[in-house]
Amino acid sequence: MRSSRQLSPLAVFLLFVTPAVRAQTAPPPAVVQQIDALATDDGTAQRAAVAALGESGDRNVIPTLEALREESLYVWTPPNGTRRMVIARDKTTVDDHEQYLLQDAYGGARLHQADGSEISAPAEELQEVSVDRRVRTAIQVVLERFKLLDSDPVVRRAAAKNLADKGDIIALEALAKAQAAEPDPAARTVIDEAYNLLKLSAPSDQDKLAAISRLGVLRSADAVPRLEELRKTASPQLQAVILPTLDHIRWWQKVNRLLYAVFSGLSLGSILVLMSLGLAITFGVMGVINMAHGELMMIGAYATFITQNWFLAHVPAQAFGFYFLAAIPLSFVAAGAAGYVLERGVIRFLYGRPLETLLATWGVSLILIQAARFWFGDLTAVAAPSWLSGGIEVIAGVQLPYNRLFIIAFTMLCVAGVYLLLLRSSAGLRIRAVMQNRAMSASMGIATNRVDAFTFALGSGLAGMAGCALTLIGNVEPDLGQNYIVDAFIVVVTGGVGKLVGTVAAALGIGWLNTFLELVTDSAVMGKVLILVFVILFLQRRPSGLFPPTGRAVEY
Amino acid sequence: MEPQAPSDVSPQAPRVLAVASPDHTLRDPYRRVSAGVGLIIAALVLVVVLPLLNVIGRPLPGTEDVGAWYWISDVELNLLGRYLSYALLALGLDLIWGYTGILSLCQALFFCFGGYCMGMYLSLQTGAEGVYESTLPDFMVWNRVTELPLFWQPFHSFWFTMALIVIVPSLFAFIFGFLTFRSRVRGVYFAVLTQALAYSTWLLFNRNSMNLGGTNGLTNFKKIVPTFFGHATTFRLSEPGVQRGLYVVTALFLVAAYLLCRWITRSRLGRVLTAIRDNENRVRFSGYNPANFKLFVFTLSAALAGVAGALYVPQTGIITPGKMSVAASIDMVIWIAVGGRGTLVGAVLGALIVNAGYSYFTTHFAAYWPYFLGLLFVAVVMLIPRGLIGLPAQLRERLARSSRRGQTE
Amino acid sequence: MKIYQVGAVRRTVATAVIGTVVLCMAARGMADDGAPIKVGILHSLSGTMAISEVSLRDVDLMAIDEINAKGGVCFTKEGKKTCHKIEPVVVDPASNWDLFAEKAKQLLLQDKVAIVFGCWTSVSRKSVLPVFEGNNGLLFYPVQYEGEECSDAVFYTGAAPNQQAIPAVEYLMSEEGGGVKKFYLLGTDYVYPRTTNKILRAMLKAKGVPEENIREEYTPFHHQDYQQIVQKIKEFSAGGKTAVISTINGDSNVPFYKEFANQGLTASDVAFSVAEDELRGMDTSALVGHLATWNYYESVDTPANKAFAAHFKEYAKKHNLPDAEHRVVDDPMEASYFGVYLWKQAVEKAGTTDVDAVRKALYGMEFAAPSGTVKIDERNHHTWRPVLVGEIKKDGQFKIIHRSKGLVKPEPWSEYTSPDKGCDWVDHKGTYEKNAK
Repeated sequence: MRSSRQLSPLAVFLLFVTPAVRAQTAPPPAVVQQIDALATDDGTAQRAAVAALGESGDRNVIPTLEALREESLYVWTPPNGTRRMVIARDKTTVDDHEQYLLQDAYGGARLHQADGSEISAPAEELQEVSVDRRVRTAIQVVLERFKLLDSDPVVRRAAAKNLADKGDIIALEALAKAQAAEPDPAARTVIDEAYNLLKLSAPSDQDKLAAISRLGVLRSADAVPRLEELRKTASPQLQAVILPTLDHIRWWQKVNRLLYAVFSGLSLGSILVLMSLGLAITFGVMGVINMAHGELMMIGAYATFITQNWFLAHVPAQAFGFYFLAAIPLSFVAAGAAGYVLERGVIRFLYGRPLETLLATWGVSLILIQAARFWFGDLTAVAAPSWLSGGIEVIAGVQLPYNRLFIIAFTMLCVAGVYLLLLRSSAGLRIRAVMQNRAMSASMGIATNRVDAFTFALGSGLAGMAGCALTLIGNVEPDLGQNYIVDAFIVVVTGGVGKLVGTVAAALGIGWLNTFLELVTDSAVMGKVLILVFVILFLQRRPSGLFPPTGRAVEY
Repeated sequence: MEPQAPSDVSPQAPRVLAVASPDHTLRDPYRRVSAGVGLIIAALVLVVVLPLLNVIGRPLPGTEDVGAWYWISDVELNLLGRYLSYALLALGLDLIWGYTGILSLCQALFFCFGGYCMGMYLSLQTGAEGVYESTLPDFMVWNRVTELPLFWQPFHSFWFTMALIVIVPSLFAFIFGFLTFRSRVRGVYFAVLTQALAYSTWLLFNRNSMNLGGTNGLTNFKKIVPTFFGHATTFRLSEPGVQRGLYVVTALFLVAAYLLCRWITRSRLGRVLTAIRDNENRVRFSGYNPANFKLFVFTLSAALAGVAGALYVPQTGIITPGKMSVAASIDMVIWIAVGGRGTLVGAVLGALIVNAGYSYFTTHFAAYWPYFLGLLFVAVVMLIPRGLIGLPAQLRERLARSSRRGQTE
Repeated sequence: MKIYQVGAVRRTVATAVIGTVVLCMAARGMADDGAPIKVGILHSLSGTMAISEVSLRDVDLMAIDEINAKGGVCFTKEGKKTCHKIEPVVVDPASNWDLFAEKAKQLLLQDKVAIVFGCWTSVSRKSVLPVFEGNNGLLFYPVQYEGEECSDAVFYTGAAPNQQAIPAVEYLMSEEGGGVKKFYLLGTDYVYPRTTNKILRAMLKAKGVPEENIREEYTPFHHQDYQQIVQKIKEFSAGGKTAVISTINGDSNVPFYKEFANQGLTASDVAFSVAEDELRGMDTSALVGHLATWNYYESVDTPANKAFAAHFKEYAKKHNLPDAEHRVVDDPMEASYFGVYLWKQAVEKAGTTDVDAVRKALYGMEFAAPSGTVKIDERNHHTWRPVLVGEIKKDGQFKIIHRSKGLVKPEPWSEYTSPDKGCDWVDHKGTYEKNAK
């Protein structure tokens, strides 16, 4: 594909080619001229043409501009016809040759022959129209103006924001019009903000004053740098208004940060709960130190990866998002099975010797990590399903990501599920019986071996589900478990071995404390270190954790 | 939900005494003499014979000569020196784990404290020979630090550094141990606490703002300059003679530490330690305060680890926070497990074997060695809980048991 | 394998074993003409760095295979042409810095290799530097790094900061790049980001960017929770024209970019540690549109490069490398690849594998690398390379949006932070003071 180099700016006029084009709404000649003007090397001329197209207000140029931005706009020179501008994106194969399916530059509709078949052209007949970054930015601005009138309020909001960033006074009119007609309140606020931000550059002081006050009311964060700039050159009258506005907005930002930190702490805490729940069961309830817990999480994460790939290959694209829901039980089963094997094969022989279990499971974890590295390579991509991407904007400036909200909800479900299982089901009753008094339970006819295996599998399965959830925020890699194992142990030990409520409390406490320490010390590392120091000191005072196991068991 | 109190011995697990206690065998005078002779021979080999084999039979420089068949190359001797410093650390770890039953997963931390002290001294000695030709260590220059921080100042002096190598880890261990043992944190909880300690210190040392080299650690060591009676002698680390000397020093320290540990374990103090391992509460009820004993051995093992680290660093040429990670500490425990818990010789043996194996496997089975290491962990723990030293005894017992079974049937 | 055990009988056995081993090594030392030339490959094949380094080993072995297939390293001595095959000695230092030094010693002193291709992190390089310098060894180091080093034992085929970081920021500040005015320098806490940011700061100040428009922040390795940091970036970038300069390393990239996208951040971002190989393992939807700066991309459109990429994919499939279907080539791999060829050329030019001769032969040497011609500087042991700014596409490849005019001369001592220092091994002994004449 040769890029356009020899075309003169205004020399190309549209002629209808011999294969008749299915009639569209006839494009106005002025617009057509501007579209043709795009096919040039000169960036300035291109930008002028783009601006003119924007002025025209004709929505049919939107596909043109989008194609231009993606560099899918071409000049087509058919063998026996005249040149015209086309969009060429999709490919097709005609007689073993790759050809491009052509679309009309104006409006974007597919071009068809008189007999209805689609027109396609080989690469040799097409000359690319290339753009540099400045033209692309100009296209962006024009497109945003069009998007102000889009049907989707989310698009309108984003467009207003972008215009505030990159736009100019010309956009003021468009924004004013849009605001008046805007049905969606959230979009209206954004447009309002964008309008006033641009108005700050207005020549008259009166306008500026109105804009500043309005921005104060809106508590606009984006206004801060512009107000700072303005302050340097403003009249004292304006200064008197700018300063309190700035203070007000800054105060609101602090409140925002605080609110977000609360959410952040909850999110971190819920992740810790999820990681530690399985460990709380195996360590707390069974007294088994499982250093391979992190690797069980890794197994769950890889199970998610495999599920994703299977869905990619076998399931239509629309249903792809559901892979995640399928992955959750699958990771539970996969990790649970691995845990079962681990228990039967290694841990069973080491009951009552927790330190040996530690070493043996560490060895197992080394093997598992290297095996994962061997089978999957080192980094595997798990794409978050679309319904979990992005976030919900609760207050202006505080966007709560969906994936974290999901993890919080999921954690609550898991905790509830475990509680129900242990306290309400007969399996849970057996587990508790064996843990309280093994000999007695055996005498009562409970198969203690099977209960052990089942409990361990349960803990491992929970770890697997944690691994699945963690793919939403982190990587899937063989070292996944190593990043989390120490934290998980600390949570369980701090919470009190044997009590699930302790684990949950400790996890939430550590999550919030960590977030606030990070906020206060302004450093991620210091936050973490202080937490660990705090835990060490805490365990000096209360060696058995927050909720110590009750009873008079004498350690001997 | 009542957990089973996690402990080393529980009603359902077979009562396995995880040590092969050599004490009673040594009451036999014949055994005692031969053990002593064995010890002397071993010490002689390590301290005298092996370095000698590095001196004689050297290849002539500048030729294709590869040296005599019995020549131990500089690379090999250096490797051995590093292994011996690991063995020194293993002695301390065995003292607290094998004999007292304290599983500490932060020995690597104390090793690194000693190593860093030595590293700081060596960095300051490199001084103007460094990349930036400044008196400040290299990493401070690219970290835009203009003045040597206060806590670096003592490391200009050789003897002060030597003192700090012992003092810093011991002090740290003392404080931590004092707080922990006093609260009667033991067993699994203690292990997890030491993990937390190692992890947080690792995080701290990784920070460049700590002025300890960050993740790059300290490197580019050139010379040691000890002062004897006001007279300073320079030993350049790149010379084989100096490395040989370091090896000899390490071997000497190992022998000395071994003797020290042997003396402790043979004494009454040693008895109390073993008693604490077997049943701490009973020791407490008998009127001893186990916390004090535990504190003593913990501090001593930290000191040994610090010395080991300090000997390791000039032979390796670099010290990084990676050496104090949780994984590194757990690996150290496995040396003891392989060699044999509760026997000092086993600790040394385990350290040498596992590290030699590590070097071997990473050369010849690159990318597969984690499998070997992992299997080693599992196999040793499950099949030979008393380690290699206890293997003959274990086999004998097994034979005795099966023959006994044969007799009763 | 030597076992040193305490015990009379075993000791004798040990001595016997040592003796045999030494004998074997001695026997190996007696070489014939046409004997294979040994080269060392020192890359982590396990541990945390395996992610990145395994690919370098693979591409090195591929280069060696290619050379051997054409006969090997050939030189003509006294009218007779002898060709020597290259024999790679691959060891695994397992992401353990001590082991790097140990294996380097082993490769140089025991295996007696002619050259070592290896290392990735600065720690690993710094830990082997004394070994190479003390034993007159040679190392080819293919990874972008922080500069401020000028060793005659190393040839640096990766980018120095002035070949990567500086051009990237200059591009962002230009109108074409978006006229960025505020910079958030975010990196992992170790020497490469620290030094790079030191240089960038000096450069930004020199270009008049005020102090309050520059923010610097560091996170530890494997850091996963970027919520707070992204919030801070959001606040900082209010008002637009902000760029995040990311020197985040390894597995922290994914959580960072995911948080970036999920919190709705729109600032532009350029990364220096994200290449095709890292993207292969990431969900790229969060990264599309972000920028990176390298000296090479797989998408460089030359026939030589297309052949190189295709050949590597074939090689991966033939040797059953893990994830062979999706293997890609990126900057460090290309640098490692042409490093092998540069060395081969130098050996043939010098007529010997002797380190001093090869070193002299390498000065000023050019080679037609897949990305175009590259040249080793005549004096400072670094490589002249082009600078390419790329935009991440959905398929994990880069769209090249800006190209330097020709090759950029490498400056290990940045003109912004060390204007008085230079690196020259021809007229000086490495680092020297430019003003002290």
